[in-house]
Formats: sequence, structure tokens, C-alpha cells
Amino acid sequence: MTTRAKVSKSALAEQFRAFIDPDFVITDDETLRPYECDGLAMYREMPMLVVLPETVEQVQRVMRICHEHGVPVVARGAGTGLCAGAMPHKEGVVLSLAKFNRILNIDPVGRTARLQPGVRNLAISEEAAQYGLYYGPDPSSQIACTIGGNVAENSGGVHCLKYGLTVHNILSVEMITAEGDRVTVGSDGLDSCGMDLLALLTGSEGLLGVVTEVKVKLLPKPEVAQVIMAGFDSIEKAGDAVGGVISHGIIPGGLEMMDGHAIIAADDFCGAGYPRDAKALLLCEVDGTKEEVHEHIAEAEALFRKLGATSIRTSQSEEERALLWKGRKSAFPAVGRISPDYYCMDGTIPRRHLARVLLEMEKMSEEFGLRVANVFHAGDGNLHPLILFDANVPGEFDKAEAFGSAILELCVEVGGCITGEHGVGVEKIRQMAVQFNDEELQQFHEVKAAFDATGILNPGKGVPTLKFCQEYRSIEHKQHKHQQADAAHG
Amino acid sequence: MADQIQTLQEQVLQARSNGQKLNIVGGGTKSFMGRQGSAEAGTLSLAEHTGVVEYHPVELVLTVRAGTPLKEIEAVLAEQGQCLHFEPPHFGDASTIGGTLACNLSGPARPWAGSVRDQVLGIRLLNGKGEHLRFGGQVMKNVAGYDVSRLQAGAMGTVGVITEISLKVMPKPAATTTLVREMTMDEVVEYMNRRAGEPKPITGACWVDGKVYLRLAGAKSAVEATAEQWGGQVLADGEQFWRQVQDMQHPFFDDPELPLWRFSVDSTAKTPELDGPWMIDWAGSQRWYRGQASLDQLEPLARAAGGQVSLFRGGDRTGEVMHGQPQALKTIQQRVKKSFDPDAIFNPGRLYSWL
Repeated sequence: MTTRAKVSKSALAEQFRAFIDPDFVITDDETLRPYECDGLAMYREMPMLVVLPETVEQVQRVMRICHEHGVPVVARGAGTGLCAGAMPHKEGVVLSLAKFNRILNIDPVGRTARLQPGVRNLAISEEAAQYGLYYGPDPSSQIACTIGGNVAENSGGVHCLKYGLTVHNILSVEMITAEGDRVTVGSDGLDSCGMDLLALLTGSEGLLGVVTEVKVKLLPKPEVAQVIMAGFDSIEKAGDAVGGVISHGIIPGGLEMMDGHAIIAADDFCGAGYPRDAKALLLCEVDGTKEEVHEHIAEAEALFRKLGATSIRTSQSEEERALLWKGRKSAFPAVGRISPDYYCMDGTIPRRHLARVLLEMEKMSEEFGLRVANVFHAGDGNLHPLILFDANVPGEFDKAEAFGSAILELCVEVGGCITGEHGVGVEKIRQMAVQFNDEELQQFHEVKAAFDATGILNPGKGVPTLKFCQEYRSIEHKQHKHQQADAAHG
Repeated sequence: MADQIQTLQEQVLQARSNGQKLNIVGGGTKSFMGRQGSAEAGTLSLAEHTGVVEYHPVELVLTVRAGTPLKEIEAVLAEQGQCLHFEPPHFGDASTIGGTLACNLSGPARPWAGSVRDQVLGIRLLNGKGEHLRFGGQVMKNVAGYDVSRLQAGAMGTVGVITEISLKVMPKPAATTTLVREMTMDEVVEYMNRRAGEPKPITGACWVDGKVYLRLAGAKSAVEATAEQWGGQVLADGEQFWRQVQDMQHPFFDDPELPLWRFSVDSTAKTPELDGPWMIDWAGSQRWYRGQASLDQLEPLARAAGGQVSLFRGGDRTGEVMHGQPQALKTIQQRVKKSFDPDAIFNPGRLYSWL
């Protein structure tokens, strides 16, 4: 890694103001303040300056200047990320793509959309709706989050099991390299020649390039969607019901689980009519043609009954479907109401270990003295434990962090991973040492260097230095956990 | 079931210390693909590195060693009513899953089911330093670290030796039917795209010899209702037709001497005007062309159609066979190659002369 910035803030700002509207080269603390964090506000850093270019050529020039001076660049979309991946670098530039918010083209016949990176995720589906089309990945932040950020994080949502993640739903990206070259990766065809750099870029958290355009695939909107809400008196039974549906050959459009704490919080919040005495709740949405949905809903209802559901309700109208989903979709703010603060985790596990993981999590909850509520993308094994704490109580966030860390290590131990869709950023950089060994991490560093030899793109995120990892692992109990993880992998 | 990892690792380390190159070979059924392999290089065979490592039907996840034949994998999945729904082509009984990923090969269902690349969840890889590394995992969602697993798709072994693969598998559809009708090549591109844009259980759209074939698969009631709405003749041996397309055994692919070109393009693009037969698959996204031509001559046509072209089989394999790369991407790929394989041991020149 090179020595940082030899150029002064004012000299750099002056260079940018030569080709970017001076109002959008921000240097004063007051205007810089909103950029100090992303959606994970516990991690903050003030940038040296922020620029908001409005043409790709300007982005290119920003990159060239930063490359020349060795100035770190943190690209930023809507700042809704949950891993501090867009947290600024104190000696660096925040490159906001907020002005790139145009949908460039929708091809209703070929079912594609060409987008600037600052287009909001939901805006794509809203615009495509007139053609009976929509964009598949639907992260919870879809009202605000942008497609450029989705590419950086490989965002998912509640429909991943059937419709895939961002990586499955994009055809190409245009990006500016660390050196300022403008290249298109991928094509309008489904497969491209050579190494799959498009896959490598997706989820790379802004460490390999700055995305300036994205071409996505659109899907025909299903004729019908219906959701079954099923309550269970134990997590195990709900887990078995998830497996039961899938091994029956039904791939639901969405399959979500909530635990007892989340059920009550969500029901209090929006009166969705959830069974408040249930220990686990499943929302199983089936979509497709009228005939298919009819057939699969009947089969899934019968299966849930057989597998011990204590209550079942199937949506009979679009309004009812929206109501049943409302509880799930507002689970985070709902939990926010029962606690001053909450910390959302994002581990993924093989579903068969669900009961064990939740049980151990309950034990940890007692040990740490903090409550935890769980919402779970059950179809694809992605857990979102919400750790409840009060930031005003000294030391409580540290406790929440330690609890979160223990949960992620447990996920790795059972053969899962530390992040399903939120990314590593700064937040989970320590746990990378639990999921990967030094040789693997070194390989990541070398991949990064292949794109960005001087390390100016989002430095300090995503992949920890090896020295840091050795220190982290050397803490005795961590080492013990790591050995367990190795054994589980072996 | 055999774990050959130690032997493979030793071979790589030995090649490294001897300054030797290695051609990676699984079942050897894809030797016709890519550029001609290096004659001086030794062989690193994965044919014995086989076997299912883990299979959890309820999780929809399978982990296998890279040398495992597709045939064996599909038999194991079939027992549980599951399948590789990207329909990998079998170029013989020996075709392996490792080669399928390295060449990124998927069958007629690709636009709907995704490609082999789309279904990969994780891999183990031997890099050029002989390190056995693990990337990704056995879960559907995993964004820790770069996606090195999918990077392998289409890299043709130039960035390491894939030794193990975890894949998403899917239930076999309950019912399948194939509709066929006559149509000209000019009409069919729009027709296939329109059909693909309807929310119906379509999993195949292929045109050859003046006929368009549409495959419906899924819940029985949905397949039957859509077949009735769409009309056309129901093909009695539909399964055989798609199997032939998948494995490139259809008469269109006969005559191995006549070069076979693959155009991967915008599904709605007009088919380039060239003398010789075409097959249009993937609802327009993949177009096969048979004819004597040069890559230089075809590249501009593919670009105009929004995509790329490669020489799939036959023809001159001493020159480039893959669509050219712009300088910046060429440089990045050379650096990526070097990061995994610093001594350029694996498959030298197989993908591009400069890699």
C-alpha cells in the first residue's frame, strides 16, 4: 500500500472545481457531516471532501486525479448499506453517485433496463410495471437503496431462493477502474468470453472499481401471488415445515420466518393479525400462473398442517397479502419500538442447523444480558438476529458487538458464513479471519491488487490485513472457535 | 469416491519447481474447446478425483469433487427427484462437473434456470502456489470475500485447478411438454422474446430448420393450461429433442469439420446475414452458426448484436477463438491470472494467446 495523500485538501478541491460545479465539491464540516456514516451509524468517520459529479467523464477525471495523488476514494450511493462499507476514509474523497439517477432505457421485448448507478431499486420495478415487468432482487431498503450499491453488495431480498441475487440479475456493468479507464464488463448476451469479472465485481464493496452504469434483466410479473401464514409452537417444527415444502418440490417466491419476540413486536406495530402465542411464524408466498399457485398453495397448506402448524391463514386478496407481509416488512422498525437501539446481524447457515443456532443464541442472550429477536430468510438460510441494546448505557454497544461477533462465529462453525447480504465493510472485517485462513485472505489481497495496485479504492474495508487476523485469532477462545470451524469444514 | 488432493497438490508443486506447464484435464471430452493446448505441457488429471462429498436434498445443496462425471451426479440427484436445472451438456459419459464450470456450459433452460455459474455456491481451488483454498460456501447467500467461485466460469482453468464444487440443485419439474410450430428465422426472434415475456412456465425456446420449439415445465395444471392457450402441435418426443440440443447431438451439429460458432447476443438482435445454417436457442440469446469464417470477420457482427462470438468447435485453433477483450480488461485478466498462478503453470494459452 502506498503512503497516503501528499496533496492538500484545498489543492485537491481546486482541481475538482475546475470541472465539477463548485457547489458540489464539498469541503466544509457542516455539509460533510451527513456523509460521515452509512446505514450502520455506529461507525463514523469524516471524509476529507465529498464530490458529486454528474457525468461519467467527470467520474473518470476524479479517479485519475485521486490515482495520481494516491488519495483514497469511497464510492457512495444512497448510503443505506449496513456494514459501514461506505464509511468515509479520513484522508479520502467520498465519490457520491447521487446525481446518476436516470433510467436510460427499458426494453420491454428483450426485458432489460439500462440504468445509471444512482437509480433506486424500487424505481426500476415501478418504471417497468407498465410493461408487466419487474426487477427481481428486493432488499428491505429498496425504497432508498440504489442499483450501484446493490451491485457493490450483491444485494438479495426476500425472493432470492427463486429469483436470485443481484449477480443473477445483471447483464453488464460499466465501470471506471482505479486508474481511470472506462470499461464495460459483461455484454447484452447472457454469457461473455473470458474470466467472469462481472461476478467478481458483484459484491466487491467498491474495492475493485466504480460502477457508472448497470444493465439488468427484468422478469414478467407473476399472474398471481398468494401467501400462507402458518404459526408453530416450536422453532424446530417451523424449520421442518420449511424443509418439507422445499423437498416436496415447491420453490416459494418468498419464505420467511420470525421468532416469538419478532412476532409480538411486529403485531403490536401494525396489527397484522399474527398468532401472538406462536413460537415461530412462517410466511410462505407462492407465485406463478393461476393454476400453479392454486395447486401449490393447496399442497403447502396440507403439508404445514401435517407438520404441526397451530394456525394457518392464506391470503384471499391482494390487500390481505399486503397486510400479512406488512408485519414482516416492518419487523425492524417494530423491534426499534421495543428497544432504544438494535443491532442487526446477517449470518447465513445451512437450514438444518436452525434449531441449534437459535437455541445457542438464546443461551448467549442470557450470558450477554441482552435480548435478541430473530427474523429469518428461511428459504435461503439467511438469519437476521436483532440484538436489542441501549446506546446510552455505557458499554452496552460493546456488549452488543461482542454478542453479534459470537453469533457470526457460530454461523461459521455450523458451515455457514458471516454475511449473507449486508457485506463485510468495516463491521465484519474481524470475522473474516474466522471464515478464511491467511492463504485465502492473501489471495483476496492479490485479486484486489490486480484491479487496484495502489489500493486507493475503499481501503481498509472487506479484507483484513493478515497481521490484524493473527492478533484477532490469537485470543484464546477465538482460536478454539476457529479450530471447531475448521473441523466442521473438513 | 476418491480424494486425490494430495497427489494433485504434489504435482502442482513439482511442476512449479521444474518450471513445467500443466494442461488440466477432467474426462477429456472438451479437448475440442478453446485454443490448442500447449504440446510441451504435462497433464494434470482430475479424472480420479471424484465423488459426492455432501448432499442435502432438503437444503438444495450438493458438494462434489470436480472430477465427478455429470452422469453420476444426475443419477444421485434423480433418486431424490432433483436435477441440475441448468442442463449441462454431456459430450460423452466422461464429462465432469469441473470442466462444465471451467467452460461455463449450460443447456436450453439457461435463460430461466440460470447457468452453471449462477448455481455455484462455493469451490475449493488449487492455485499455482499449490495452496488449496476455499471460497464461497454451501449456503445460497454469501458475500464474504470476492466471488472467486464464479470467476472460474469460462476461465477454462487459467486461474487455478477447481477441485471441489458446491452447487444449488432444484426439484425436477412435475410435468413437461413441448410445443412446435413452423416459423421463419426472421419472425422467430420477436416471437420467442414475446413468449418469454409472459408469466408462464416456459423453460426452453429454440428455433432450428424452420421450426420453433417451446418447452413448458412446472406444475401439471399450469403446463396444461399454458399449452392450450399458446396452441401449436405437441411434440411427442419432446424430451429427446431437448436432450439432443443440450448435448449438441442434434443433426444441426453434425459434420465436425464445419466450424461451429457461438454468438452470445442481445435476445432481440437481428441475426447477422451470413451464408450457412443457424440454430437460435435461449429465446434468442444464444445463436449457433455453421460456416467458414474468421473471428475478425464475425466480431463486428456480434458487437452490432450487443454481444460476443467464439469459435466453439472446429476451425483454426492456433489463433484466437474467443471474442477479443479491450486493453483495460486484458490487463486486468493478466494480473488476475498472475495473482492465482504467478508462474503461469495452468492451461497456458488455452483461453487467449495472451493468458
